[in-house]
Amino acid sequence: MPEQVLSLNGLSKRFGSVVANDDVSLTLRRGEVLALLGENGAGKTTLMNMLFGHYLPDAGTIDVSDEAGRMRPLQLGHPQAALAAGIGMVHQHFTLAENISALDNITLGSEPLLALRRDRKAARAKIEGIIEKSGLKAPLSIPVGRLSVGERQRVEILKALYRDARVLVLDEPTAVLTPQEADTLFENIKAMTNEGLSVIFISHKLREVLAFSDRIAVLRHGVKVGELETSAADEKAIARMMVGAETPKVSRERMAAGAPVMQLKGVSVVGRSKRDTLQCVDLEVRAHEILGIAGISGNGQNALAQVISGLAVPTAGAIHIVDSEISKPTPQAMVSAGVGRIPEDRHREGIVGAMTVAENMVIERLGDMQVQSRGLLRRDAIQSNAKKLAKEYDVRGPGVTAPSRLLSGGNIQKLILARVFEHAPKLILANQPTRGLDMGAAAEVGRRLLEARERGAGVVLISEDLDEILGLADRIVVIRDGQLTETESHDRERIGLMMAGEAA
Amino acid sequence: MIRIEPRNSTSRAFALGIPILSAVVSLALAAIPLMLAGANPIVAYGEMIKGVFGSVFSISEMLTRATPLIFTGLAAALAFRAKLWNIGAEGQLYLGAMAAVAVGSGAFDVPGIILIPLIILLGAAAGAAGMAAPTYLKIRFGADEVVTTLLLNFIILIFLQMMLEGPLQDPMGLGWPQSAPVLDQGMLPPLVDRMRIHSGLIIALVAAGIAQFMLARSVWGFKLRAVGENAAAARHAGINVNRSLFGVAIISGGLAGLAGASEVAGLKGYLTADLSPGFGYTGIVVAMLAGLSPVGVVIAALFIASVFVGADSMSRAMGVSSFLADLVVSMSLLCVLVGGFVAKYRIIRADTGKAAR
Repeated sequence: MPEQVLSLNGLSKRFGSVVANDDVSLTLRRGEVLALLGENGAGKTTLMNMLFGHYLPDAGTIDVSDEAGRMRPLQLGHPQAALAAGIGMVHQHFTLAENISALDNITLGSEPLLALRRDRKAARAKIEGIIEKSGLKAPLSIPVGRLSVGERQRVEILKALYRDARVLVLDEPTAVLTPQEADTLFENIKAMTNEGLSVIFISHKLREVLAFSDRIAVLRHGVKVGELETSAADEKAIARMMVGAETPKVSRERMAAGAPVMQLKGVSVVGRSKRDTLQCVDLEVRAHEILGIAGISGNGQNALAQVISGLAVPTAGAIHIVDSEISKPTPQAMVSAGVGRIPEDRHREGIVGAMTVAENMVIERLGDMQVQSRGLLRRDAIQSNAKKLAKEYDVRGPGVTAPSRLLSGGNIQKLILARVFEHAPKLILANQPTRGLDMGAAAEVGRRLLEARERGAGVVLISEDLDEILGLADRIVVIRDGQLTETESHDRERIGLMMAGEAA
Repeated sequence: MIRIEPRNSTSRAFALGIPILSAVVSLALAAIPLMLAGANPIVAYGEMIKGVFGSVFSISEMLTRATPLIFTGLAAALAFRAKLWNIGAEGQLYLGAMAAVAVGSGAFDVPGIILIPLIILLGAAAGAAGMAAPTYLKIRFGADEVVTTLLLNFIILIFLQMMLEGPLQDPMGLGWPQSAPVLDQGMLPPLVDRMRIHSGLIIALVAAGIAQFMLARSVWGFKLRAVGENAAAARHAGINVNRSLFGVAIISGGLAGLAGASEVAGLKGYLTADLSPGFGYTGIVVAMLAGLSPVGVVIAALFIASVFVGADSMSRAMGVSSFLADLVVSMSLLCVLVGGFVAKYRIIRADTGKAAR
C-alpha cells in the first residue's frame, strides 16, 4: 500500500445550530484520486475549507506529510500554513485576476513582496516544465480575461502546482466544462498522479466519479457514511449512500405535442456581454412537451430566460404566448398571459428573504381579489392560502409566517414551485431548476415538471446539467453564442460537441 | 481573532433590555466629562430628568421638540425601507416651510378652516417635489440619491437665504432676513394654553399611525417592503420597482415638508434660515434607532427630544458648557446604536472555536 500523504482526524464544524461536519476522518494516499461525494449541503466544501485553513475546525486535527514523508500536524486556520505544507485548492469560482497574464497570475503571491526584480524567465521555465509533465496546456502570456473557462481552470491548477502542491483539491471541477473538456481534465489529472500528486475532487456527478477516481468517500449531512474502492462501487449503491434511501426514478411517457404555447420569432437581445445576448432566435414550445435548452453557462441562457420572464425587452422580434402577441413584455404581462417562471437564482430573484413564506407565495398576484381588497392585504386569506400550498407542495420550515430566508434551498424551491404551479400556467420557464438541490428535492422538481407537461403545459427547461436535460426533455435545443440549434440527437457526446461549438 | 455572527434568535426580554441598558451605560459614560467639568453627575442627571419631566411646561417643551423629529424620522424610515436613501429631509423641510409662509403670510386672506389645510398641503407638496426630483434622476439616469439629496440640502438652504432677502422678506422686518409672519388664522392651534406645544404633534402621530398601518397591511406597503428587501425579486415578481420608489419618494419628501410647515405654522410663526437645528439629519438617526418602524420612530423621537431638552436644561442649571449637552446627546445615540448591534449579533472568539458567552 502506498504511503499516506494526508490524514484528517475527527474534524467537526458547526455554524450556529447547523452541524456542517461531524467527526469526519479521511486519509489520502500518494498518487491517488479520491472522490469526495455528497449532495449539496452534505459538508464537502466545509471539509475542504478546513483543510485549506479557511475555516477553523471546532474539533479534530490534520496531519500532512512533509517532503521526507513523515506525517506532521498542520497548523489549523491558516491558509499560509496549508500552502506551505503543499496543499493546493482550486475553487469552483476561480480566483484569477482577469487583467493580467496567466504567468503573472500563477506567480502572484509566491514572490517576495519587496523584491527588486522578478525572475520571470525561471518562473516561465518552471511552469512550462509542469505543463510538459501534466499536459495542462494554457497560453501564458495573454490576459486571463481572454482565456476560455477550461483554460482558466488549467491556470488555477498550474498555480497550485507551481507552489509545489502535493495534495490538490478540486471543488466541482467539471461544473463549468463541456463533457469533452472534462475528459481532458481527467486525463491531465491521471498524468499528474503518475508523477506522485494526490488529488481530492469534490463532485456530485456519479458518472465521472465512477470513471475517474480510485477511491470514493461519501458524506451525508456532515457525516462520512461510506468509503470504498471505486472498483468495488456501483452507481446504485453510491446513490443510496448519498441520499440515505433509494432515489425515486423519474419516469416519463411519450406524449404527442399539442398546439404551440410560446413562439419566439426573430427575437434578438443586445446585451452588455455574451451571456445577455440573443441573436435572432426562433423558438417554438408546444403543449405537452418539455423543451430542453442545453449549453455551457454564459452562452445567452440568461438573455433567453429574461425574455421569457418579461425582464428583458427584445430589441427585435416578436413573442407570442398561446395566441396573443406580447407587445410590451413585463413580468406582470407574462404572468397574466399564463407564464410560470422558476428563476435561476432562487435567493436573488425567487424570494424576498425578509418577507414571510405566505407573502412570498402571493407576491406575483398582488392584484388578485383573493389577495387584496381595495388596496388592503387580506391577511387571513393570504395565510390560509399559504398553509394550503405548504401542505400540498410539502414546503417544510418554521411555518408560513416565518421569514422565507429561514427555509432550506430545497424548500425555497418548493415555495416557488407552489407559487408557479398553483395557477396552472400554460408555459413554464424552469431556469436551472435543480441547481444546488439535493437529489430528493431535484426529483420532486422533475416530477412536477412532468406533471405540468401531462396537464398540457409547455416547459422550457434551461440547464447546464446535460443529464437532467436528457432525462426530462422531449426536444433538445443547444444554445451557443446567443444562437439556438435544434438537435434530433439524444447522444451526450454529440450534444457536448455542439455545446462547445465544434460540430452542428 | 474575533468573529461576528448574527444571533439566531433574540428573546423578548433581551430585545427590551438592551436599549435600557444602553441608555444607562451612556449616562455612566457621560458622567466622566461632567465630572471633569466640575459637576456632580448625580445632581446633573437629576436636573436633566427635571428638565424633561419636571413640569407640564417641560413635558410640553419635549413634545414640541419631538414633533419635527417624528416627521423627519418617518420621512427617513419610509424611504429607507425601500432602500431609497433620502438624506435630504433637511432641505425638504425648508421647502415645506417656504411654501407654508408663501401661502400663509398674507397671500390668501381666507378663514383658517381653508388656510390651515392649504398650508399643510402645500408644505407637503413642496417637500415632495424636493424628493421627487432626485428620485427621478435616480430612476432615469442612475444618479446616486445619497449624493443628490445631500447636495440639494445646501442648494435649498442658499435658495432660502435668497428668498428671505428677496421675495419672502418681511417688509416690516427692518431688513432682517426673515419672512412675514403667518396670518393668525393660519397658525396650527396650540394644544395647551400658554404652552408651545401645538397640533402639529397630532398630525405627526396620525401620520405615524397611518404609515405603520399601510406598511404592514396595504398592497402599497407590501410592494415597498419587497422593493427594499430585494429589488431583483420584486421586479421578477412583476412589481414596478420604479413606481414604488417614486411613490415612497413623494411620501417621504412630503413628510419632511410637513416638518417644516408645522414648525413655521405651529411654533415659530415666521421663517428664518435657522428654523431647523438639523431636524432633517437627526431624523435619520431617529429612523435608524427606530429600526425603520413608524411606531418606533415616535418612541425614538421622544427619546432624542428628551435627551436634547434635558441636557439643555441641565447645562443651564449646572452652569456647565452647553457643549456638554451635545456630548451627552451624542454618547447616548452611540450607545443605543452599539446596543442595537449587540442585540442583533454576537461576538465570537475564533481562536478557541468556541462561542464566547
